[in-house]
Amino acid sequence: MENTILKAVDFDAFFGDNQVVKKVNIDIPKNNVIAVMGPSGCGKTTFLRGINRMHELIEGATTKGKMLLNGENVYDLHPIFVRHKIGMVFQRPNPFPNLSIYDNVIAGYKLNGMKIAKPDRDVIVEQSLQKAALWNEVKDSLHKKGTFLSGGQQQRLCIARAIAMEPEILLLDEPTSALDPISTSSVEVLLHELKKNYTIIIVTHNMQQAGRVSDKTAFFYMGELIEFDKTKNMFTNPKDERTQNYITGRFS
Amino acid sequence: MEVWKNIKIKRSFRQIRMEKIFRSSLVLIALSILVMVFAFMLTLIIQSLPSIKALGFGFLYGKTWDPVANIYGTYPFLLGTLLTSFLALLISIPFSFSIAIFLGEYYPRGWFSEFLKNAIELIAAVPSVIYGFWGLFVLVPIVRSIELKMGITPYGIGIFTSSLILAIMIIPYAASLGREMIRMVPAELKEAAYSLGATRWEVIRMVIIPYSKSGLFAGVLLSLGRALGETMAVTMVIGNTSIIPKSIFDPGNTMASVIANEFTEAASTLYLSSLIELGLILFLVTVVINIIGKKVISRFTQ
Amino acid sequence: MSPNIKYRLGKSGAFKGLVIFFSVLCTIPLMLILFYIIREGITKINWNFLTNLPKPVGETGGGILNALVGSLLIVFYAALIAIPFGIMGGIYLSENKKSLLGYWVRLSVDVLQGTPSIVVGIVIYFWIVKPLGTFSALSGSIALAVMMLPIIVRSTEETLKMLPSSLKEAGLALGLPYHKVMLRIVLPCGFSGVLSGIILAVARIAGETAPLLFTAFGNPYFTTDVTKPMQSLPLLIFNYATSPYDEWHDLAWGAAFILLSWILLLNIITKITTRRWKIQF
Repeated sequence: MENTILKAVDFDAFFGDNQVVKKVNIDIPKNNVIAVMGPSGCGKTTFLRGINRMHELIEGATTKGKMLLNGENVYDLHPIFVRHKIGMVFQRPNPFPNLSIYDNVIAGYKLNGMKIAKPDRDVIVEQSLQKAALWNEVKDSLHKKGTFLSGGQQQRLCIARAIAMEPEILLLDEPTSALDPISTSSVEVLLHELKKNYTIIIVTHNMQQAGRVSDKTAFFYMGELIEFDKTKNMFTNPKDERTQNYITGRFS
Repeated sequence: MEVWKNIKIKRSFRQIRMEKIFRSSLVLIALSILVMVFAFMLTLIIQSLPSIKALGFGFLYGKTWDPVANIYGTYPFLLGTLLTSFLALLISIPFSFSIAIFLGEYYPRGWFSEFLKNAIELIAAVPSVIYGFWGLFVLVPIVRSIELKMGITPYGIGIFTSSLILAIMIIPYAASLGREMIRMVPAELKEAAYSLGATRWEVIRMVIIPYSKSGLFAGVLLSLGRALGETMAVTMVIGNTSIIPKSIFDPGNTMASVIANEFTEAASTLYLSSLIELGLILFLVTVVINIIGKKVISRFTQ
Repeated sequence: MSPNIKYRLGKSGAFKGLVIFFSVLCTIPLMLILFYIIREGITKINWNFLTNLPKPVGETGGGILNALVGSLLIVFYAALIAIPFGIMGGIYLSENKKSLLGYWVRLSVDVLQGTPSIVVGIVIYFWIVKPLGTFSALSGSIALAVMMLPIIVRSTEETLKMLPSSLKEAGLALGLPYHKVMLRIVLPCGFSGVLSGIILAVARIAGETAPLLFTAFGNPYFTTDVTKPMQSLPLLIFNYATSPYDEWHDLAWGAAFILLSWILLLNIITKITTRRWKIQF
């Protein structure tokens, strides 16, 4: 496929001897929103963390197989490069509590030792915050600590921080599970905007959310990728029985 | 933003090198702490070898310490250390446990509790040389007048005075640990006992103390470890004599105080080495006591 | 009320009374010590006391300038040695909870923490004083650094362990190098804990005497040369308090007052640091 940006080949992930992701093969198309769904403990978050090599940070955690980003295996690159190209947003908003909003957005550059002239820095901060639909709310308080923002604002700040690095892919690990409904919808609206520039992979527990935001959905069960299809097809006409059981709420 | 792509890559290589240096220096420093402590023990052992070889176990039960005659029996110091430490522990326990219960159960908040908490921290913070100084000039005359009234030789200084000072110094260890442990007793357990009609004292005796006893025990161990190794306060008020004390009001010497007094004067190899062997014994005993105490705590808190 | 219940309630009340009695009684010796040190010490403090050297026995007056400067220097160098090792050791332990080396390092730190201070003096005597052939302030600093190390390592480790792992993950997921994540994000977030551990360690060793007996040794003259024997406040208090001369006792009281105030101040600063610099999550 011409526009495949990320391709997993026989990808396995383990915690010690416990295999939590089993032989996953998937082609992720560019500039799409991909939802990753499945019951708790199905390996969806582990799979996501395997994409930008966050999985290996846990003691005893290992992976096997390939994760090809534009044809290049991320496991052959240094994690720093991988994570520059693949940004990540977590379940709970986690802005750096010791840094201001401004410094949070620019942290990826600053703490990588990249000295950028002030005007350029301002541009990066403004553009990133604008893309994250946060600029209007914080433009007068850029030098306040990020932790003073509301939960939804904090999460959008984390998105701004990730996209400031100009990644190709954005991974979101249940980004709205700690947010109230209004903040949740503000983040969801944002995802629609972001897919113009980025490929987005979002792990979600919430089927309605997957239906609302995603173009394609991957269904994981017991560590395996059961089904990967257009979201519409998946919800109206699931091919696998297990997907159907999940969608109809027979297990969660 | 495109312009930063190249710089990003170039800078990142430098960061990766720094990252490697940082990771290896972490391991190196951790390793150096381990090696240092190992070398620390090795130094003590090597330096006490002459005395271990020459004196064997007689070192421990020899009743005479006379460096001039080249006789090194450390029984008087072992006895002095054990007497002062256990006496101090005996005196301090009612106080430290009372404070633990006071702050942990009766009055966790309130101005007096805050004051008491700070006072306990302060007791731990005052340097031992100041305890010794105060003991020498204030406590010793008091003890001397008591001894006069009791009709015994009014030394003032001695085992008893040292124990008093030590008792004050070690209160905080058992008190603050005990307080934390008592605070950790689940409220449901206490409520269950109250609902059965138990009085406050019965709850303390039947629920709180059994539940937190290993923590209280660990606190006592840490106090003991501190008392055994304490040097300056004891050295200043114990009287520094190598004669075996006949009663707790006699002057004496502890292992730590004899090292403090005689180390820089020890001219012969055997003399110096036997002082270091004392240090080695002191080191091993206090370290074992401390580590047991810590293991008990960590088992309790997990 | 039945007599049985009365008896039980009486017993309960009596126990509470006993606990309160012992708790209150315990603060008395502390008050007495503070009272004596302040009463005896404060009258000795004046400009001459702070800026002069001790006079020979028989002459009145004289000060403790040498001990004051000596204490500051010895403690300063001790902190300089112990802080980087302590923080890096603490980072290592907080990052390697299960590794074999971590286990042994943690045990080593516990061993150091339980070591009597006089024993530290003995070992540093053989490591530094004997090879150099002279007592020196530097050896005193090293001895004190050895005593500071476990406090700093442990407080750093405990502080960093308390921080949420999401903090580190946020940094690493952004493609930040490990050392920047630890030194510029994780450590600053635990700043108050690490700093108060350091100040506490300084307060703990500022009054240490035993490890200095065979290392810094003491010196009646003024010196800032760390390769020479140097006076310090605790050493001066010990030597002068146990001397038979009243003039020297006066110096010791004054020195004790200054040492105590210094340590109190450090303890108060620790409290303020823990309270004020706490970072919100």
